[in-house]
Amino acid sequence: MWETVLSALMDPVNALFLVGGVAGGIVVGALPGLTATMALALMLPFTFSMSPEPALIMLGGIYIGAIYGGSISAILINTPGTPSSIATTFDGYPMTRQGKPEQALVTAAFSSGIGGVLGGLTLLFLSPALADLALQFGPPEFFWVAIFGLTIIATLSAGSLLKGMIGGCLGLMLSTVGIAPIGGESRFTFGFSPLQGGLDLVVMLIGLFCIPEVLAMVDRKRVAKQGLALKREKGVAGGVIKKLVRQPLLLLRSSIVGIITGIIPGAGGNIASLLSYDLAVRFDKKHKDYGKGRMEGVVASEASNNAEVGGSLVPLLSLGIPGAAPAAVLMGALLIQGITPGPDLYTRYPDLVYTFIIAFIIANFVMFVMAFYGARYVARMIDLPADVLLPMIVMLTVIGSFAIRNSYLDVCMMLGFGIAGYFLKKVGFEPGPIVLGIILGPIAETGLAQSMLLGQAEGGVWQIFFTRPITLVLIVLSLISLLSAVYIQTSRAGWKAGRRDAETCDAD
Amino acid sequence: MVKRKGILWLSLFLLAASVLAGCKASSSTGDADFPNRQLTYMIPFEAGGQSDIEARRQHKHLEKELGQPVVITYKPGGGGSVGWTEMVNKKPDGYYMAGINIPHIILQPMSNEDTGYKTDQIQPVALFQSTPIGLAVKKESGIRSMKDFVQKSKEDPGKVTVAGSGTFSGHHLALQQLEQQAEMKLKYVPFTGAATQVQAFLGGNTDAILANSSDLLKYKDRLNILAIGGEKKLGFFPDTPTFKELGYAMNPTIDRGVGVPKGTPEAVVERLEQAFLQIAKDQKIQQQMKKEGFLPLEMGAKESEQYIEQRKKELEPVLQELK
Repeated sequence: MWETVLSALMDPVNALFLVGGVAGGIVVGALPGLTATMALALMLPFTFSMSPEPALIMLGGIYIGAIYGGSISAILINTPGTPSSIATTFDGYPMTRQGKPEQALVTAAFSSGIGGVLGGLTLLFLSPALADLALQFGPPEFFWVAIFGLTIIATLSAGSLLKGMIGGCLGLMLSTVGIAPIGGESRFTFGFSPLQGGLDLVVMLIGLFCIPEVLAMVDRKRVAKQGLALKREKGVAGGVIKKLVRQPLLLLRSSIVGIITGIIPGAGGNIASLLSYDLAVRFDKKHKDYGKGRMEGVVASEASNNAEVGGSLVPLLSLGIPGAAPAAVLMGALLIQGITPGPDLYTRYPDLVYTFIIAFIIANFVMFVMAFYGARYVARMIDLPADVLLPMIVMLTVIGSFAIRNSYLDVCMMLGFGIAGYFLKKVGFEPGPIVLGIILGPIAETGLAQSMLLGQAEGGVWQIFFTRPITLVLIVLSLISLLSAVYIQTSRAGWKAGRRDAETCDAD
Repeated sequence: MVKRKGILWLSLFLLAASVLAGCKASSSTGDADFPNRQLTYMIPFEAGGQSDIEARRQHKHLEKELGQPVVITYKPGGGGSVGWTEMVNKKPDGYYMAGINIPHIILQPMSNEDTGYKTDQIQPVALFQSTPIGLAVKKESGIRSMKDFVQKSKEDPGKVTVAGSGTFSGHHLALQQLEQQAEMKLKYVPFTGAATQVQAFLGGNTDAILANSSDLLKYKDRLNILAIGGEKKLGFFPDTPTFKELGYAMNPTIDRGVGVPKGTPEAVVERLEQAFLQIAKDQKIQQQMKKEGFLPLEMGAKESEQYIEQRKKELEPVLQELK
């Protein structure tokens, strides 16, 4: 078997598809509004006429490239290129503002590579064993995952915990617009049928992250006449990697968070990177530096979201259940090739599966090399004068928000929420908690409603939330997370200020 | 002089013709050479979903049959309703078509008042794929047949949980029909798509699942499939009885096709119909579909219209009871 795998890997055609896939993925991922899922779906028809190996290798490369690519726009223009890079903006963009975009980009490239390789190794060695974890998550577990996720609001609300919570609630409410996932009724559409589709996460991301920053840049330029400027240094990239190698624990922890989140279907790279960022902040003594351009923040987010790629393929290959939206498109590609993913995939098509997984690991190295050497050129973009850069960014946001659903309404929403986001930020509401609410709202809601239906069948609505082993673990984790957040707040802001926050926290 | 007069007459004629044709730009001469420019094939779901895969499968053939480029775009949202609303508001000239799903286009206008389209605003062109819906339990459940299942649910009314996809959807209505006809009470738990539904069921969260044939096929080794939609037994489930064979007057399926806005000239619909039917007859495509767990259909515009009407009559009372 290994001979066939090796010869398939050596095949120049396969190598070409691998490199092409990664490069294409990076470009698409870097464009806001074009997600990894879309990149894969667009390339899917081209695989119809290909043989399975190059088809899968190329799609795997695109998936990896796109998730890394999302960090480029997150770092340079504060706009997550894909939802997986939300947490990358928190410290990546401040690094750019300090004139260190190259450092941030190399950090992202290295962490993505490490995360991706660890994800790939998991896929190679632990896949069948871990796949069952995907089946352990039912509606009650998803409900508690969402609640656990909401506890990281404390980390994401830079200043006031109360404002973070209000932001989170706003996000949760925004997530209810459209046809209810359970129940099927239209909500908050005001009789306007295009709103049945709800608010799209990507549109909200572009609006809330990018537009306020563009407006702020205009402000800064007008007031202080200062724009962004690249600090030119030599040997940046090497120095960054030397620093990162001394952080094995951070890289490992972030990758594990990514892999586990990836395996759980329905929780994607966005949640992985946010959770991992939260952990990084909590475990770091210098937690006050986060959000101000701390390299470790970028590491946490990027290692995690690229590890999530491998994780999301674990249940796909072993059970035929995609662990994330892009993985679902990969499943489509497999099916078109006449290959049904499932428990017997590894025994029926060992050559193909191992070729794919090893190519997947190699693709991560390819991605790293491209990103590492590309960083210094990409970073120069911020040296463009603001009156060239800003219109370009705005144009990208318009195209991106239109592309996601081909809807002009989405463009208007993006601009509307962008302007609202600018003023919200001025009064201390960060986009992070709002977006977290939008992501977790539907997960919490469907989990709650489905659990209640299941509970009714069992005779009691509420027991189901508290009696299953994983729910108990998640409840304990949520409590720890909540209490430690309050503790950190008290110790951070001094006793008095902390007490005020703790009280508002209790009141909620 | 003669030449100038000719031009005058010609322009007068054209003016009259365009007035006669009303606001529609497609004058009668336009129909004859339809299509003479690029067409749009809109998918009202996410890229990469089954409707997209079907469109992509047809794409190359479609461009060949119609002799014009065809662009596939996406307009997802509201389980398809956002896209279909967009479609019925387009100019009915045949250049903008959309993938249609039955029973979605029947049920959505009935279940929500703010749905932006009505079923009869959509002119079906062709239906090319049917996905029978089946009821299955896990092998280790000990339930071997529909009879066992009905008996178990009668012992514990409302305790047997069934995972399905969506509310007021094909799965939801199939369950309601089954409950009515078998005189039993089940607990329907809706999920947001095939992946989450299958995952929750395999994870043991629900007792049974109502799923599309293509999904059942993927997991058939772990399942006892008790009954399935379809007029006759399916090639890929030779041992599974259909609901009809078991005496239930129901044929739950999800059908995929393509439609244009109502009011599209008949000749244009026929031209598109011809192209889609030609592709539907392609043996290679039919083989692929069967391998993936679908039934190829070759239903033309008239037949599709009748079929939609018939399904509407069948499902309307069922939905009314659910609401």
